Amino acid sequence: MNPTTFFIFTTLLKIVGIVFVVILPMVSYAVYAERKVSALIQDRLGPNRVGPAGLFQPIADAMKFVLKEDFTPAHVNKFYYWLAPCLAMVPAITTVAVVPFGSTLFGVPMVIADINVGVLFVFAIASLGVYGIVIGGWASNSKYPFLGGLRSTSQMISYELSLGLAVIPIFLLIGNLRLTEVVHYQINHGWLIVPFAGDWRNPLGWLLAVPMWISFAVFAIAVFAETNRLPFDLPEAETELVGGYHTEYSSMKFALFFLGEYAAMITGSAIIVTLFLGGWHFPGIPDGSHGWIFGLINIFVFFAKIAVLLFVFIWVRFTLPRFRYDQLMRLGWVFFFEIALVNIFWAAAILTFFDR
Amino acid sequence: MPAFLFWLFAGVMLVFGALVVINRNPIASALSLVVCFLGLAALFISLDAFFIGIIQVLVYAGAVMVLFLFIIMLLDLRAEERRRMNWVAFTGGFVVAFSLLVQILAVISRTQMAKQAFPPLASQQVDDVRNIGLLLFGNYNLPFQIIAVVILVATVGVIVLSKRQLR
Repeated sequence: MNPTTFFIFTTLLKIVGIVFVVILPMVSYAVYAERKVSALIQDRLGPNRVGPAGLFQPIADAMKFVLKEDFTPAHVNKFYYWLAPCLAMVPAITTVAVVPFGSTLFGVPMVIADINVGVLFVFAIASLGVYGIVIGGWASNSKYPFLGGLRSTSQMISYELSLGLAVIPIFLLIGNLRLTEVVHYQINHGWLIVPFAGDWRNPLGWLLAVPMWISFAVFAIAVFAETNRLPFDLPEAETELVGGYHTEYSSMKFALFFLGEYAAMITGSAIIVTLFLGGWHFPGIPDGSHGWIFGLINIFVFFAKIAVLLFVFIWVRFTLPRFRYDQLMRLGWVFFFEIALVNIFWAAAILTFFDR
Repeated sequence: MPAFLFWLFAGVMLVFGALVVINRNPIASALSLVVCFLGLAALFISLDAFFIGIIQVLVYAGAVMVLFLFIIMLLDLRAEERRRMNWVAFTGGFVVAFSLLVQILAVISRTQMAKQAFPPLASQQVDDVRNIGLLLFGNYNLPFQIIAVVILVATVGVIVLSKRQLR
């Protein structure tokens, strides 16, 4: 097999494997986990009818979505009404392309596209995700979806700024936008959430801890806002907007919006894991060059970290109340934006005076 | 890159660029422009200029056009959809565009550089983000700072104009 064919073959294998074998089942089981964890928090039982402990519930849900009548209201703008659910799902999954989800397996690097502008690619594709929601809200041609679409636009634009500014200290430190380099830096110098872990006697690591924590906090909260999750789920606030931007949608088209949100959550968690929590690295576990079993363990570690973050997403949803819209905007523009800017200057100053 | 990819994305750009003008629905026009920008980004990326391509998507498709859509949706533009085509304006626009095309073709056919294939902007190994940064903040630092100030002034101006009552 010549290198080009081999490259195309392995890339296709990685795309199919990661999207259909890992991400999509993870999406449907994230819905199950959401219902189970919320039941736990609210002292209920949650889904427990289909299969042992309700484990086959996602399959039953999928069957229900497929078999339901696909109803298109008469007053909608047909073409865009059909386009919107696709646009909501595609960017969320495309983002995975640049995320290193494992070390190597049989010598093949476990990342679909290792490009030198990795994190910018993530932001660029994630910023396209807003079109699905906006077009869905507009094409439905009724007032609640429209309000949801408008809210979502302004919310996503506002928090994109904090998202972008929050990661700049990381790249000041590492000097490279390539996500595999970010992971390798963390393997050698300690995870960025604990930058002092690599070398305890180096004052730089201790000084960088605070800007990294601020970055992490701002980034994580901005991801909540970007994925329209509570406490920032104003675009689909049930108590105000019925269902928000997907009020007029039913059956599989609604399912695409719904699953797109969970896919966005998973990719958002994947970015947080890659940037702050060491990616596929876990102390004491060697990388894939020591045997294929370690390569598999690395991939498992990566998705285990994502699962933990998903639990946090769900935990937050059933713990915090929803923000008011003006509070949301003030938080984004007056608080996070400024704190991220100051954080950049601070990190830059530390790096200037304590150069390694 | 394979030539057919160039033709594919160039075709996408041209078709959707034309749709921006042809569509009577402003939202459809704006969305066509987004696809046009995506095609342009793909062309940049196929020249190995990853940074410019991605920034094209991030800034134009992801931010500027979202704001455009936002504004268009807030205005009621139903009248625009019902408007008849103005044949005089159509002919005038066609003549101007066509003469510009002829002019560009004439210039390109005379320059020597246009006759050979353009080399990729950067090879795979070169870190184009770093190169652009070094150029902007090294050789072109002063113009860069001046542009930053101009944009800042524009931003302040917009805020002043949009505030109805000034204290």
